[in-house]
Amino acid sequence: MTDSVLSAPLSRRLFLKTGALVGCSIAAQPLMTTVTFAAAPGENRLVVLILRGAMDGLDVVRPVGDPAFAGYRNLTLQAGAALPLTGIYAAHPDLAPLMPLWAKGELAFAHAVSTPYRDKRSHFDGQDILEAGTGRDVPDLTVKDGWLNRMLQAMPGLSSETAFAVGRDEMKVILGRAPYASWAPDARLQLSSQGRRLLARMYQDDPMFRSSAAEAIALTDQMAAAPAAMGGGSDGMMMAAAPATAPGAATDTAPDPLAAFAASRLKGDTRIATFSISGWDSHAAQAGVLKRELGALCRTILTLKDDLGPVWGKTTVIAMTEFGRTAKENGTGGTDHGTGGAMLMAGGAIRGGKVYGRWPGLDEAALYERRDLMPTADVRAYAAWAMRGMYGLDKGLLEKTVFPGLDMGTDPGILA
Amino acid sequence: MPSNATIAAIRFGCGLSPQAPAPADAAAILAGLADPDQALADFPGPDPQQVWALGHQVTEHNRDARASVPGAAEALKETRRQINVMNDAALLNFVQRGVYGASGFRERLQDFWTNHFTVVGKLARVKAIPSVFADQAIRPHMTGRFTDLLTAVVTHPAMLIYLDQITSSGPQSRAGERQKRGLNENLAREVLELHTLGVGAGYSQTDVRQFAYLLTGLTLDNKDGQFRFNPNMVEPSAETLLGKTYGGPPKDKLAQINRALDDIALRPETAQHIATKIAVHFVADTPDPGLVQAMTAAYRRSGGDLTAVYSAMLDHPAAWAPPGAKVRMPFDYIVAALRALAPPRNTLAALRPQQIQRFVLTPLAGMGQPFQQAPGPNGWHEDSAGWVTPPLLAARIQWAMAVPQQLLPDLPDPREFVQVALADAASQTVIDAARQAENRREGVGLVLASNDFNRR
Repeated sequence: MTDSVLSAPLSRRLFLKTGALVGCSIAAQPLMTTVTFAAAPGENRLVVLILRGAMDGLDVVRPVGDPAFAGYRNLTLQAGAALPLTGIYAAHPDLAPLMPLWAKGELAFAHAVSTPYRDKRSHFDGQDILEAGTGRDVPDLTVKDGWLNRMLQAMPGLSSETAFAVGRDEMKVILGRAPYASWAPDARLQLSSQGRRLLARMYQDDPMFRSSAAEAIALTDQMAAAPAAMGGGSDGMMMAAAPATAPGAATDTAPDPLAAFAASRLKGDTRIATFSISGWDSHAAQAGVLKRELGALCRTILTLKDDLGPVWGKTTVIAMTEFGRTAKENGTGGTDHGTGGAMLMAGGAIRGGKVYGRWPGLDEAALYERRDLMPTADVRAYAAWAMRGMYGLDKGLLEKTVFPGLDMGTDPGILA
Repeated sequence: MPSNATIAAIRFGCGLSPQAPAPADAAAILAGLADPDQALADFPGPDPQQVWALGHQVTEHNRDARASVPGAAEALKETRRQINVMNDAALLNFVQRGVYGASGFRERLQDFWTNHFTVVGKLARVKAIPSVFADQAIRPHMTGRFTDLLTAVVTHPAMLIYLDQITSSGPQSRAGERQKRGLNENLAREVLELHTLGVGAGYSQTDVRQFAYLLTGLTLDNKDGQFRFNPNMVEPSAETLLGKTYGGPPKDKLAQINRALDDIALRPETAQHIATKIAVHFVADTPDPGLVQAMTAAYRRSGGDLTAVYSAMLDHPAAWAPPGAKVRMPFDYIVAALRALAPPRNTLAALRPQQIQRFVLTPLAGMGQPFQQAPGPNGWHEDSAGWVTPPLLAARIQWAMAVPQQLLPDLPDPREFVQVALADAASQTVIDAARQAENRREGVGLVLASNDFNRR
């Protein structure tokens, strides 16, 4: 046995996770000062959804017109009749609630996309790279912030609520030194005024606790002052007393609480919101997994649309996942970790009714490592073109700073 | 400067208690670990056979209900109630081990290892299975050799269910050919990536695939929920993993799996990965390289003896730096708060389901750590700042302000409580806050909400 078979140094991920993420939230900013500059970020809204666990792009946006597809997938064929989209593509039947958006040109997909991550197929490295927005095929430890934050760093006229991380999941995509807000719809904080004063004094020399508490108090006050504004169009969903501990507890048509909260902020000063939908890792019984997850995704998008009202017209939602899954289903009614996959776009600001991207084909020789869908585009390019179109960010900045090493290529024209 | 006893209780234990003295030093911590496991005897987890039997009843009642058998719906409801009672008892016993147990380090090790080897109860009818896993696979093995712990984990029904191993079959095995079943890579990948070598190690997709073939046959007996090795599911070929070959007839493959787990456990990458994770969990998000090096060396020298690794950590000066580098995770936080509050012994055990929800389960979710529901097989993260975001910190403050007075007949004087909870680790600001609070409820709440108490 030689150690050279495995010539790795330390666990890179451990160091990425523990060493890098010191600054957080608005820690670097003076407490709760809402600074508004002359030039505001405009009226366009961007919602970034991170789909954790690796969504199977080949099942969600099925290349039914590719002659090789049927040979790989019993489970997909059994899961129900696909909904015709365009060209060779058809949507998973559980996306039916979104089909009216497709018809109106408010829903689109990009296929055969991936981050630059290759080969190790680890969810956790994959998500770290997706959220860091880096250009290497392994985690880049020199980049300590997320790409949404680097976009914010370049935007003039930020206020502390221009960007919002919603919910309780760690959102590395927005970590960094630019200010952003963070709250969960069902979070509460009740303190006497003396309690507040003493708490503030107690935390004064501890920036991490000081800034988080100050933000929690400020948001609580703001919501107490304007409960109606917070209720959005969802009948006060965020007033539910307890966090939902069980995913899938919501009924099929119930509005999604995170989306309702995000919409309530986006109707105010917030322009950028991010949260995650977890649980896509479908190694077994994939049909059931996707029924649950696509149900959640549909509820999220429809809640955003319903609650945003006219603002939906200025909104772009992009949903991205860490990688795709194997072309061929595995032996247990699921799929294992792969490479190329699909992303979803929605909103009144997009040019929908299209499946973007170049299809690589599914013949075994056309697959990545004879196993996975071959990526033909960098998923970051779609996010970059969305940011360029919505906020006028310079192409060079996007390719060097926000997404290091990205070649945006030609404009796919995803915005209406 | 906090004493070593204070650091021992806060960093390596479940916090300070007015009822039990803190271990004085490294030797006392290790001695506590060598004692018989009294906390397990006092606060047992769920009975595995009962967990599985109730799960079976759910399946049967469900079938009866679909067939409109009279009384099936009521029977189902009663079984579900019994499952809830059992799950509540399991949670409370886990909390009480930390609140009243003699060795805080043992409880922290249970937390660490159940997180390192995360399992989530995916099936509602056997939702208590992570607790069974903790008692059967983790707790008896966490002071011995890592390879024994790893073997217990990889052959435990909870892990086999969670990472989809139970139906993974060699495509050319008897079961594979008869039932057209095949391989599932999930467990094989996560054992290499998360449990042993670490993602940075130089294994390949081919190694993952070969290991998945090798692990075929690990399954469970559906009747009693016990681990079973089924040679009919074993791929009849030899596998090469990390340069070593594991062959032989299907019926002998379990011995080969054990051999492979031994080999993986003894690899230097595993030593490094395990030592680093332990140091990150107990000492600092970015631990002193010398500390990790000493622990890695102890692992390699001892052939993966975990007590030797703990000992190397506790013998290193970096382990005794003043507390504060880490933030207590939510479960640890609630346990430490209760340990400092020291409610009478019958209080916690007597909590009603709604109280358990209000005092423990809902707050844990609000603080970002719903009980036994980690978001993935990588478990809860170790980024201290990630536990102190505005919504998560708000939930901690809410708990500190509201729950203690509902649990204790008489709250302590905050000026005394700050000494109980933090001793010589209390900074002047928290001492002042405790003194200036308007009432006992807020004073105690401020102590428990303090950055001093939330850090360790």
